[in-house]
Amino acid sequence: MPEWLWIFIKVFIVVNVLMLHVAYVVYFERKVIGHMQARLGPMRVGWHGLLQPIADGIKLFFKEDIIPSNADKPIFYIAPIIGLLAAIGSLAVIPMWEGFSIADINIGILYILALSSVGSYSVILAGWASNSKYSFLGGLRSSAQVISYEIAMGLSLVGVMMMAGSANLSDIVRAQSEQWFLLPQIVAFFVFLMAALAETNRAPFDLPEAETELVAGYATEYSGIRFGLFFMAEYAGMFVMSALAVICFLGGWSGPDFWIFARVPGIVWFLLKVYAFIFFYFWVRATLPRYRYDQLMGLGWKLFIPLALANIIFTGLIKLL
Amino acid sequence: MPGTYIPSDYLPVLITFLLAAAIGMGALVVGILLRPRRPYAQKLTPYESGNPPVGEPRYRFSVKFYIVAMLFVVFDVEAVFLYPWAVAYDKLGIFGFVEMMLFIFILLIGYVYVWKKGAFEWE
Repeated sequence: MPEWLWIFIKVFIVVNVLMLHVAYVVYFERKVIGHMQARLGPMRVGWHGLLQPIADGIKLFFKEDIIPSNADKPIFYIAPIIGLLAAIGSLAVIPMWEGFSIADINIGILYILALSSVGSYSVILAGWASNSKYSFLGGLRSSAQVISYEIAMGLSLVGVMMMAGSANLSDIVRAQSEQWFLLPQIVAFFVFLMAALAETNRAPFDLPEAETELVAGYATEYSGIRFGLFFMAEYAGMFVMSALAVICFLGGWSGPDFWIFARVPGIVWFLLKVYAFIFFYFWVRATLPRYRYDQLMGLGWKLFIPLALANIIFTGLIKLL
Repeated sequence: MPGTYIPSDYLPVLITFLLAAAIGMGALVVGILLRPRRPYAQKLTPYESGNPPVGEPRYRFSVKFYIVAMLFVVFDVEAVFLYPWAVAYDKLGIFGFVEMMLFIFILLIGYVYVWKKGAFEWE
């Protein structure tokens, strides 16, 4: 059998399993937010609503696809596909346990950052092509927000690369076998945390889709499965950001190596940490009110970028001494 | 032999992209087969809270967005310069540190200038 076929089978299995996880992240969110608001969340479809994501997916396939009359059709068609490409494409470099990732490339961090920039194209193209005021404003806001926080996120990861001496994600995890980068890079972790919320357009930085002022932002004119693709891309992006945080700061697949815990495979630790991080996303969403746009941009440019730069200088000094 | 490098590490990445495109396109094709299609003029107007749309949707927007885009190019290129430096930091030693401090210092002058000019204010 040719080599590319083996790779295809591996990619096919991994991507499909991860997309199933992504579907259940939506369910997880509805349950978490529900219980935080003293509700039960989805309960009807299946035991405790466990089949809800599947029912939602099937429903989206049967919904009419409405394309506004003055929309720029080719761009309108291609925007959600770009978003999905960027989100699933970044899953390719995530190492899930020792020696396993779809593609073990030496510039993993750069690759993920590049693809998260590509993802902002889908948003601005969707906003432009829809020919609607809400979509247009949502797309503009989102692109400005994403590129602003992209800088803070990129700078916060420089400290991690200095500690590990590599931009390969597996090497970064291996460099944390003694100690996680969480404590030595606590400032970078904080900046990364906030930038990850802003990059994925999540609360409290979800201004591009602020429903009280912009209806649904760039996705206003999208319906049916086209909207579903945006939705999948958003949650896959969240999964990637959480995985990146776990890899860069929380030791990736490594777990405690004593007693029975040493027997637990790395993928379990990895997924546990990723889900803890995703839980943090929902917790923040249920707790904090939304920022104003000028506050958001001010925070990114005036606080996080200097903080990240200071962290780089500080890390350099510590490593020299 | 130079010029014949095949980036085989990236074959899985390419396959992932193709699969992602196939998932997206496949979902749309299945959608075409399953969903109803009954368009009429009112249904296809852009959403504006139930009112008929007023004016041109792609109107002129604030120049602030252009400024952010320009600043992004400047600072993102700087961040990209930092990456190879960070990866090779252990080998560069004190020399690399001083060089990069100079670079960051020059950049900070520009940063302070932009701040004083009020490019970060959204009033």
